[in-house]
Amino acid sequence: MTTLAELARLIRSKNAGPFELTFDVMFDDAATYERVKRSGAVTRDVIAACYGLEAAKVKFFYCDSALAIKATIPRPYFQGDLRDSDGHGGQQYAPLMDIRVE
Amino acid sequence: MTIRRSEMPTTDDEVRVLSPTGVCGSGFLVSSFERALALAPHFIGCDAGSTDPGPTYLGTGRAAFPREAVRRDLRIMLLGARKLGIPLLIGSAATAGADAQVRLVREIVEEIAAAEGLVFRLALIHAEQSKAYLKQRLLEGRIRPLDPAPDFDAGTIDRSAHIVGMMGAEPFQHALAAAGADVIIAGRASDTAIFAALPLTRGIPAGIAWHAGKILECGAAAVVQRKTPDCMFAWLRRDHFVVQAPDESLRCTPQSIASHSLYENGDPFHLVECSGTLDLTQSRYEAIDERTVRVSGSRFLPAQRYTVKLEGAEHVGYQSVLFGSIRDPFIIRQIDDWSARLMDKIHGRVAMVYGDKLQRSDYHVNLRIYGKNGTMGPLEPVKEIRSHELALVFEATAATQEIASTIAGITRHQALHLPIPEWSGLITGVACPYNYLERGPVYRFNVNHVVEPDDPREMFPMELLHVDGATVRSIAA
Repeated sequence: MTTLAELARLIRSKNAGPFELTFDVMFDDAATYERVKRSGAVTRDVIAACYGLEAAKVKFFYCDSALAIKATIPRPYFQGDLRDSDGHGGQQYAPLMDIRVE
Repeated sequence: MTIRRSEMPTTDDEVRVLSPTGVCGSGFLVSSFERALALAPHFIGCDAGSTDPGPTYLGTGRAAFPREAVRRDLRIMLLGARKLGIPLLIGSAATAGADAQVRLVREIVEEIAAAEGLVFRLALIHAEQSKAYLKQRLLEGRIRPLDPAPDFDAGTIDRSAHIVGMMGAEPFQHALAAAGADVIIAGRASDTAIFAALPLTRGIPAGIAWHAGKILECGAAAVVQRKTPDCMFAWLRRDHFVVQAPDESLRCTPQSIASHSLYENGDPFHLVECSGTLDLTQSRYEAIDERTVRVSGSRFLPAQRYTVKLEGAEHVGYQSVLFGSIRDPFIIRQIDDWSARLMDKIHGRVAMVYGDKLQRSDYHVNLRIYGKNGTMGPLEPVKEIRSHELALVFEATAATQEIASTIAGITRHQALHLPIPEWSGLITGVACPYNYLERGPVYRFNVNHVVEPDDPREMFPMELLHVDGATVRSIAA
């Protein structure tokens, strides 16, 4: 058992326009990517649970050419709104780091 | 002039493209730029904008990058383009691409032309939308929401400081082919369209042109490890494109190029443009050598209806900001209750000061608590506070700066002395390094919609100018 943070080359979040947040989990090699993909540790439902959303609100992709897993969610507040805390959306990925992978 | 041909084999019908940097004003290495010029590009393209710096720039018409930084990049690009006699295309002028920002970049370009004695035909393509035009299209049911989108009606249009349309390739193609522009300064534009326009005109298939544009628009961002913003170069051909960073220490790999379609996109396989959708599900990425990648298989699916995305910003009010921190563990352990009691006190004191002149709905007080959930707000899964101190940021927003500052002042005084049950007597429970700061006007994004125009160019009028050193005159478009 290990964490996603130990397996990934990069876990990041960023705005996808002012209204959505997107997460990229990127791997160095195909073996690690396939291991995580096959493990079922990172799925649409897991991302939804991490951010307290219904699964239907999460766009979710396995990107084989990029050796990456990607998810996109609606922002809790639109970029720049009075309660928005992260204008670039760059510091929203931390909960993904602790995901356990078999 | 002699051009050193590169080791890269070239073909007669290919289109070679130089993207000096991801954002005009963020910089690039002159050594990389000169290596790229030696590869004989057919044009230079540069994206100059983004919504990423926030709604302030579309709201105010200012630029996120400093004028001198933009001038430095533009000067090198202009001199390079004029030396080779190739077009220079700038899209999304000065961050948001509204009229004020097109003017700003025009001024800088004219200053450079005057200083360097450059002669060229300059096209300005405007992207700011008239309120009358948008209301007409709204009435016709030809403005549709994307998902997620804020509410949008005639009131939204009226309240907006500026609304821009994001132009596709067609206004660039017209400026190049029909108007013979040497330099284009465009308002808000699809980043990709800046790079796809000329290759499409030259007969490069749409899947190749748009996908190459997507890689190029961020400059060297698609390399394995970018050290600093820098140049990217592509060779576009009938059935593939080749991409390489001119700086020899930067490497493009199949994985790095494939990964780039993830960056800042909601869907990594389908990228929506005005005229259709770039489909990357069949794309193939192959290494030519250790720093060069060949891409093929990308497709472009034409849209049933041409659509132009809108971006708008409206003035929310004026804001004053107060910083403070808490070290007392008694207060930290009851921070939620303390905050709720403080908000009640603030609203009570505001009502006492303003009476009927200011309603609760006329102002907004926001409290961010760093050390608790300041970064992630409602998305924060960690509920327990583990820090020995908390940082507080209060923001008071109201119709005038004076009211905002009055409320920030009230907030400070109420926060300082808010009692807690553990202590008896007057406490000072917040450490403030200084008093509130006036942030000025604040804006919010208020549109995530598309318009269906009759014609791809109807929202993007062009002005044509002849620039000859310090002399600039209008010419008929």
